[in-house]
Amino acid sequence: MSLLHTTPSPTADAPATQATSQAQPLLTVHNLSVRFRTYGGHVHALRQVCLHIARGETLAIVGESGSGKSVTSQAIMGLLPATTAQITGGAITFDGLELTTLKPSQWREIQGRRIALIFQDPMTALNPTLTIGEQMTEGVRRHLKYTADQARERAIQLLELVGISSPQQRLKQFPHEFSGGMRQRIVIAIALMCDPDLLIADEPTTALDVTIQAQMLALFKDIQTRTGVAIILITHDLGVVAGIADRVTVMYAGQCVETADVHALFDQPAHPYTRALLASVPRLDMPASSLKAIAGQPPDLFAPPAGCAFAARCRHAMHVCRQIAPPATPLPDQGLVRCWLHDPRAPQTSPTANEI
Amino acid sequence: MKKYILQRFALMLGTIFIIATLTFILMHLIPGTPFDQERQTSAAVQENLRAFYKLDQSLAVQYLHYLKAIITFDYGPSISNPDTSVNTLLARGFPVSFELGLIALVVATLSGIGAGTVAALRHNRLIDRAVMAVAVVGISIPNFVLATLLIQELSVNLGWFPAATWRTPWHKVLPVIALAVTPMAILARITRSSMLDVLTQDYMTMARAKGLSPWRIVIRHGLRNALLPVVTLLGTLAASILTGTFVIEKIFAIPGMGRYFVDSISTRDYPVIMGTTVFYSAILVFMLFLVDIAYGLLDPRIALHRKGLS
Amino acid sequence: MNSRTTAQEAPVLTADMFEAAAPDPQAATYVLRPSVSYWRSAWWRLRGNPAAMVGLVFLIMLIIMAALAPMLSAWSVTAQDLKSQNMPPSSLHWFGTDELGRDIFVRTWYGARISLFVGFMAALIDFAIGVTYGGYSGYKGGKTDIFMMRVLEVLYGLPYLLVVILLMVVMGPSLLTIIIALTITGWISMARLVRGQVLQLKNQEYVTAARSFGAGTAHIIRRHLLPNAMGPILVQMTLTVPTAIFAEAFLSFLGLGVQAPYASWGVMANDALGVILSGDWWQLFFPALFISLTMFAFNVVGDGLQDALDPRLGQNQ
Repeated sequence: MSLLHTTPSPTADAPATQATSQAQPLLTVHNLSVRFRTYGGHVHALRQVCLHIARGETLAIVGESGSGKSVTSQAIMGLLPATTAQITGGAITFDGLELTTLKPSQWREIQGRRIALIFQDPMTALNPTLTIGEQMTEGVRRHLKYTADQARERAIQLLELVGISSPQQRLKQFPHEFSGGMRQRIVIAIALMCDPDLLIADEPTTALDVTIQAQMLALFKDIQTRTGVAIILITHDLGVVAGIADRVTVMYAGQCVETADVHALFDQPAHPYTRALLASVPRLDMPASSLKAIAGQPPDLFAPPAGCAFAARCRHAMHVCRQIAPPATPLPDQGLVRCWLHDPRAPQTSPTANEI
Repeated sequence: MKKYILQRFALMLGTIFIIATLTFILMHLIPGTPFDQERQTSAAVQENLRAFYKLDQSLAVQYLHYLKAIITFDYGPSISNPDTSVNTLLARGFPVSFELGLIALVVATLSGIGAGTVAALRHNRLIDRAVMAVAVVGISIPNFVLATLLIQELSVNLGWFPAATWRTPWHKVLPVIALAVTPMAILARITRSSMLDVLTQDYMTMARAKGLSPWRIVIRHGLRNALLPVVTLLGTLAASILTGTFVIEKIFAIPGMGRYFVDSISTRDYPVIMGTTVFYSAILVFMLFLVDIAYGLLDPRIALHRKGLS
Repeated sequence: MNSRTTAQEAPVLTADMFEAAAPDPQAATYVLRPSVSYWRSAWWRLRGNPAAMVGLVFLIMLIIMAALAPMLSAWSVTAQDLKSQNMPPSSLHWFGTDELGRDIFVRTWYGARISLFVGFMAALIDFAIGVTYGGYSGYKGGKTDIFMMRVLEVLYGLPYLLVVILLMVVMGPSLLTIIIALTITGWISMARLVRGQVLQLKNQEYVTAARSFGAGTAHIIRRHLLPNAMGPILVQMTLTVPTAIFAEAFLSFLGLGVQAPYASWGVMANDALGVILSGDWWQLFFPALFISLTMFAFNVVGDGLQDALDPRLGQNQ
């Protein structure tokens, strides 16, 4: 399936691919809870997060700052700070392997090899004192035991894939000799070196300007078509989501409040928060009145509310919302939503056009 | 890069020039030196001085002659021992001092950087606090105080080490320790804080996300960047070690250049003082130059000024 | 937490719970902690640093003793009593006597006066010259700045102690010449620091913002630039003192410092060296102890200040 295996990989990899059928999701996060120990107490950053992604699919995780999206990606990558972070419950299953119980040496087999991370800020993600070539090849030389020449060739291939010209000379250059957009491409190329099954892109376009954003997204799509890699895209930008996601998960206050197919999400958002997010996006055809923001702030994760985290800011809040956390209600097409409004006992409300 | 080297070299020459001029001016300004008029020095000494420093000529000529002498490493006669010249003293004493200083520098560098790195990697744990506590003590005890204490305890009271001279390796232990402790402590602190900074950088997380071995992450990615500020410090550390040799040699009665220098201070042997000052300053300035070059080589942002292909 | 409501008793959900609840604006916003000014929170942090607090207390006590002890003691600093040479510590002479029968206790405190005086003078003069030079250079910017920095680079290359020794030899040793010599090159780090601060702060957005609100230059300097620059400046000053104390002791040890019969810690250590082989430990012990403790205290307080004033709290815990 992968175009990149023109140079033979010396070691056999991923024997599990035969066993798992296409129907099994590649990654399943089930009821994952993570808390951080700080001076002020425990911060419950993730509270029973559930999500999954299939092979070759693009899942977008959307949320504001503090919603837990970055912590989720850290948990999947095994990058949670060991001294302060604790996984208090749940499981992460990747291709049949349980990730929450891995030891550091086992993690090192996965990181960079089966799951790769694309950083948010390309200006700081690259080591200024090492050449691009070194930074690209060190992973593949360690994981796949490539020789220096094999690694070089692979690096050149990937630089071409991500659209960087004159790759041979580029390998000897240092990060400060490249522009921001090019550095991000290099970061993407590094992530692809070992042909991972899953890419996690943490706000990959936030640090770039809008014109480069479009190029990046097209690049992601292109890579996915060519290599079949699954992509988890973390972002707060709904425009990016609409651009390339297949499915979307909306996170709020450390929980997944809605998961749906991208078309379903935009056409018929199920959760009031999602609706509010969509309504707050400014559009050119809106009347020139004030922008619609969501009043209030997310709750304090030192002491998360017992009920629904969004209840304080939701105009449809019911008594039960304040008291008891809503369970996950399945939606058609593998979606789900955590909202009491979808409980059969709730009064039927139809979302109004200018919903807040 | 070439431009950078040339810049630094010019700077070095400029500084040496200033020092030479400064010493010249000072020597001629102070009243009552043998350069001015008759002091209680013997005729032989006077004659030596007159001959070497061309004292009967105009000030300008003296100055030019002096500069020439400096460049050719000829520092004139000594007053206390009219038969010896400064050059002889230097030739005799400098190798000893150099050995002492070099060993101390190597010891301080290796252990200081090592301790600092370990402390940073185990931030806020016991080993970190222990290393930092020792380091603060290390920079607080002046080297000559430490030297005298070492002699008192380890030599006089316990008899483990000899108290003086420089004959056997066993003799070298105490002086090197006394000289190396403070630079070691400074290096440990700087390495630690630099390393702590580096550890929070994105590229370190990226290296971890690539699944690289911890060893490689710390050394190839971490230290490579963390040591940049440390390298610039090495120049000043070399200077402090050098001046440290003065007192250490005095205390341990080591026949190095430092001790001759200290003696010459007590006897006001001006030519020796001047010559040694200029010589040592040249060495230090040269070391600073080397450090600058090393830094330029290590930091690719300086080394490569060619236009990128972007 | 909610993580255990899986198989447990499903909460009883009555119909009335599904009625709309009144909106609760209070719950929608919360305030974590009352806001605290920068200096107050810095003092807080400093208070929480035990080593720094101990150092601070020590220094205060040192200053008090240095001021009072020589005045209150029965023994004078210079009086020799050749009948009481080299006596160990006793109730009569708390720190013992030296080779010439002088009381070491009094001399130690006198030495404290000298060290503290040299240290503070050096820090003050460094501050004065450094702030002026660096502040001007940073403020002017452009060619003036470049030129002034070049001069600094050359001066920086001069070996500090060598120059000082040279000057001491030429000028003849005394307290005044020590201070002059120390401050000749000591201000360079301060100048560099201040210049860096000014350059950085000049371009901060809050300065631009303040200017856009019509704030005058004096106001900007007083309320925006100076408070933000003071932190590193203060730390630098605190760390200059031990360097100066060390230099004075070093010079005295070489015979270039304060002259006999007056006492400075360096001089006392030098004198003690002569009798070290005869086991009169107290003559070296007390000056050595006090030099080390004083330098230690200043270093620890300086470190504490640095941690307290640096807004980058708690790195990767």
